[in-house]
Amino acid sequence: MKLSLTQAINAGLRRALEDDPKVVLLGEDIGTLGGVFRVTDGLMKDFGSHRVIDTPLAESAIIGTAVGLAYRGFRPVCEIQFDGFIYPGFDQIVSQVAKLHARTRGAVRMPLTIRVPFGGGIGSPEHHSESPEAYFVHTSGLRVISPSNPQDAYTMLRQAIASDDPVLYFEPKRRYHAKDEVMLDAPLSTAPLMGAARVVAAGTDVTLVSYGPLVRTALDAASAAAAEGISIEVIDLRSLSPIDYLPVMESVRRTGRLVISHEAGQTLGLGAEIAATITERCFNYLEVAPVRVTGFDIPYPPSKVEKHHLPDLDRILDGVDRALGRPNSHSGMED
Amino acid sequence: MAHSAMPLHQLVTASGTRVADELLDEFVSDLDDQTLRNLYEDMLIVRRIDAEATALQRQGQLALWPPLLGQEASQIGSVRALEHDDFIFPTYRENGVAYCRGASMGSVLGVWRGVSNSGWDPYELNMATPQIIIGSQTLHATGYAMGLVLDGKESLSLAYFGDGATSQGDVHEAMVFAASFQAPVVFFCQNNHWAISEPVGLQSHVPLAGRAPGYGIPSLQVDGNDVLAVLAATRWAAHRARTGGGPSFIEAVTYRMGAHTTADDPTRYRGVTELEEWGAKDPLTRMRTFLTNAGKLDDEAESAMAAKADAVAAELRAACINFPDPEPLSVFEHVYVDDHPILARQRDHYLAYLSLFEGSSPAAQGGAS
Ligand SMILES: Cc1ncc(C[n+]2csc(CCOP(=O)(O)OP(=O)(O)O)c2C)c(N)n1
Ligand SMILES: [Mg+2]
Repeated sequence: MKLSLTQAINAGLRRALEDDPKVVLLGEDIGTLGGVFRVTDGLMKDFGSHRVIDTPLAESAIIGTAVGLAYRGFRPVCEIQFDGFIYPGFDQIVSQVAKLHARTRGAVRMPLTIRVPFGGGIGSPEHHSESPEAYFVHTSGLRVISPSNPQDAYTMLRQAIASDDPVLYFEPKRRYHAKDEVMLDAPLSTAPLMGAARVVAAGTDVTLVSYGPLVRTALDAASAAAAEGISIEVIDLRSLSPIDYLPVMESVRRTGRLVISHEAGQTLGLGAEIAATITERCFNYLEVAPVRVTGFDIPYPPSKVEKHHLPDLDRILDGVDRALGRPNSHSGMED
Repeated sequence: MAHSAMPLHQLVTASGTRVADELLDEFVSDLDDQTLRNLYEDMLIVRRIDAEATALQRQGQLALWPPLLGQEASQIGSVRALEHDDFIFPTYRENGVAYCRGASMGSVLGVWRGVSNSGWDPYELNMATPQIIIGSQTLHATGYAMGLVLDGKESLSLAYFGDGATSQGDVHEAMVFAASFQAPVVFFCQNNHWAISEPVGLQSHVPLAGRAPGYGIPSLQVDGNDVLAVLAATRWAAHRARTGGGPSFIEAVTYRMGAHTTADDPTRYRGVTELEEWGAKDPLTRMRTFLTNAGKLDDEAESAMAAKADAVAAELRAACINFPDPEPLSVFEHVYVDDHPILARQRDHYLAYLSLFEGSSPAAQGGAS
């Protein structure tokens, strides 16, 4: 069945609500309205307002009460309306959700799923286009994932809800309307693991790693490069915590060149961690230093200039050129 | 209904009749005819600004617009009760307030066109730029008021926020601090009955104004579609603030007649009955009836007002359409006060990158795909 990314998430939520009576949804405007992106469309009608809960406007309370529900054996799925509105709930996530299992020596589990539409490119005002994933990757005790396509969105959401660990589920909102084939009935037992990265385009010259909204851009870059005779291997990380390094290492051992791209700023972003780890673990295979193509270390800019902040096809190809040491890149700037 | 438990202060009824209010009357006893007409004119102009901006959004000239239709009296009555050196902390919806503070139309629209993250200089207007993080600004207003006390200044701050915002922890913490330090801050809540799709009854089982006394903050509920009553109520709170009385809380009971923003479709969550009911309480109609019946508004004055509204609308449209796009490298500006070598390096690299495209493909202009 062809589904958009929002429809795939909707189907995943529906399936989880059907399969497990302990699954409850919490969020602002998720009930009657069906969410500002319509991701939860129809769910309150079908499962009732006791399971699809429009909450008062308070993110700390959404996460904090989900912790209490989890204490009672519920599996809360929280929606944060936009990336930039997660911070009032940050304390509950970092101080409680992430740490309760370890704090209680395993006695208390926090099987929360926290859904966060994230990333830019949608022409929105401030706080609506952020990429805050690194804060959560940096926080031990949380799993962090980001699907790039409808099938993964569906499968990984179900896996996240089934997981006994808390999972931050980052939805690439600018890809919400991208449609693709989704198999709704494939058993979870045969699906790729939630934590597994995937090679989405095979190649031999450069390894290009990305996730979420930029996977599409990375694939487009690979096609464009192929026309010039450059073969790019594209890896969709899917899971940001833990990062599945095996396919990345395997690829880098063949290509010797690594480019990492994400919308989030460069400093201490995922690219920094991946570059460090691959340098540690594949040092002898690298022909050049890993290249990062990322957003700048700036507050998310106004929408008229967001295109300058966001890595696009050209900037990714420039990064590829740098990794290949090609002269037309601005790779000379090694200051 | 959540709002029957407190007296609703009113000076002009929905049908335009002046009624007495023991608390509020004295706060409007000085108003002359011109001042009354000005209040009406402000509302008329602000409604026009709102309609023009909504149209510009439809025409693709603005990315988004949060209509204030129906809330004109709440915004005008409150801001016109303040002095220039009183400091305002608004939300994204207080564009009528911004107009009254002297904001140029361009400075109001920049955020909604996507050319900037704020419009005006807060110190010029004594008004912070629009806050999008719900409730945050109530703490800022409280801190500003604490600063006024420390500086021995006889002035105040006023925070605007919505009914939905009253659920945020920040708003409650602001009230705790304001009471604890007896800060001269006015909490001005526009209860427009909706937080996007959520009705106010989801946020509170008691009148919103009923919460403040629990923090030791005197409060009142005022008809938010009655510009005179809102003006009087805000003067009441401002007087308390200026004379060492500390914080106050006003709940202006009004209604969001339009969508939450131009991206919203309210037909998904509310019926027309409510709209009709509130349409009959329209703030402009009632003020016009009141003024006309009292012989304070004639055709000549009305056409002068209409001409002024036309002029403001024309200014707004021109400012919007003539907005230059920001320079690419502007994204690196003002992140820090002092030099930041890492950011400077990123900027230099991006400049070098852009220059690769000079004279060649327009792809250099970027384009998130
Ligand atoms: C912290 C935070 N959470 C969520 C949002 C998304 N959001 C924007 S406006 C809004 C509703 C606000 O309702 P209310 O406070 O009543 O103000 P109104 O829009 O009615 O003026 C929501 C949930 C936000 N801007 N900030
Ligand atoms: Mg509201």
